[in-house]
Amino acid sequence: MHEVGLMQSVLTMSLKAAEAHRAVRIDAIHLRIGALAGVVPEALQFAFECLRMGTLAESAVLKIESVPILCWCRKCESDFHPENQFTPCPKCGLSDFELRGGLEMNLVSLEIPDHV
Amino acid sequence: MCDHCGCGGPVHRHDHDHDHGHSHDHDKDHGHDHGKLIEVQQSILSQNDRFAEQNRGFFRARGLFVANLLSSPGSGKTSLIERTLVDRGRHYGIAVVVGDLETENDANRIRAKGAPAVQITTGTLCHLDAHMVQHALEDLDLGNAKILFLENVGNLVCPASFDLGEQARVVLVSVTEGEDKPLKYAPIFARADVVLINKIDLAEIVGFDREAAITNIRKVAPQARILEISTKTGAGMDAWYAFLEQSIAR
Repeated sequence: MHEVGLMQSVLTMSLKAAEAHRAVRIDAIHLRIGALAGVVPEALQFAFECLRMGTLAESAVLKIESVPILCWCRKCESDFHPENQFTPCPKCGLSDFELRGGLEMNLVSLEIPDHV
Repeated sequence: MCDHCGCGGPVHRHDHDHDHGHSHDHDKDHGHDHGKLIEVQQSILSQNDRFAEQNRGFFRARGLFVANLLSSPGSGKTSLIERTLVDRGRHYGIAVVVGDLETENDANRIRAKGAPAVQITTGTLCHLDAHMVQHALEDLDLGNAKILFLENVGNLVCPASFDLGEQARVVLVSVTEGEDKPLKYAPIFARADVVLINKIDLAEIVGFDREAAITNIRKVAPQARILEISTKTGAGMDAWYAFLEQSIAR
């Protein structure tokens, strides 16, 4: 349900950036969302379709790249991608790890027309 | 979709009229236009986080200890505040901001116990954000308060992402909710400083598996201090007050 609020932030940030570049419209918005961010991509998409009306992003496409969970095992000193945050290191079987990826919620970039 | 290379970009053809009154050269060597990419690279929560930082500065300047209270509806957030007010209210000085979708009921319950309280009614919104809290503070008479409780909207999902500027996140879970709540709603527990297991007086009646619950909390939130309490009987509340006292002193 909080996806609407998050999408509103995405749009506000996007419109500000687009206006700074004097864009006449936004063609695409690129997001990176971590698997542990607690955000449902479908709900973001739905919120986007409701909120974009009447803005520069009215005909834009929302592209969501999902970021898998990334853990760093302290013992093996190496990265691994577990299925969820309770899965131990596949090499040593221990759960002594640091969460290094999967919580992302980023507005990465915008596509705007080349010609103003 | 771009019909030259299938890049998914918008089609931009060069056979249309430009009406902006000057001519320019369209002879680019790649023959079609991919549009321009603007790098933004910002957290979606950056707006909220800016307000949260302002709140944190305000709290620090006033010497306030601020706790964000999070749980499902009905776990006992308001009861925890009421009990704390009755037992230690005069001693600490406590003020409260409370969020719900509708009604002033919780703020009224807290005011009845003698603490200043501001109710945020979010309408349909499922969480408090730092901006709402900032406005609520304008209406709150903090007096000599040393502790500010931010009672979040009852919800174990959405409030997890929103920093309000608090120093401590306190997550409540009651024995009637079962032992596996921390696993089912991991994000909110993962950032908890304190997890309170409430309604411990009902544990036996509802067949609450204490060991399993604590194991599950430890799995998701190894950093959290776990306290077992009953806001009704007062069991375990001394450990909670000890935590508050340490936090005020810090």
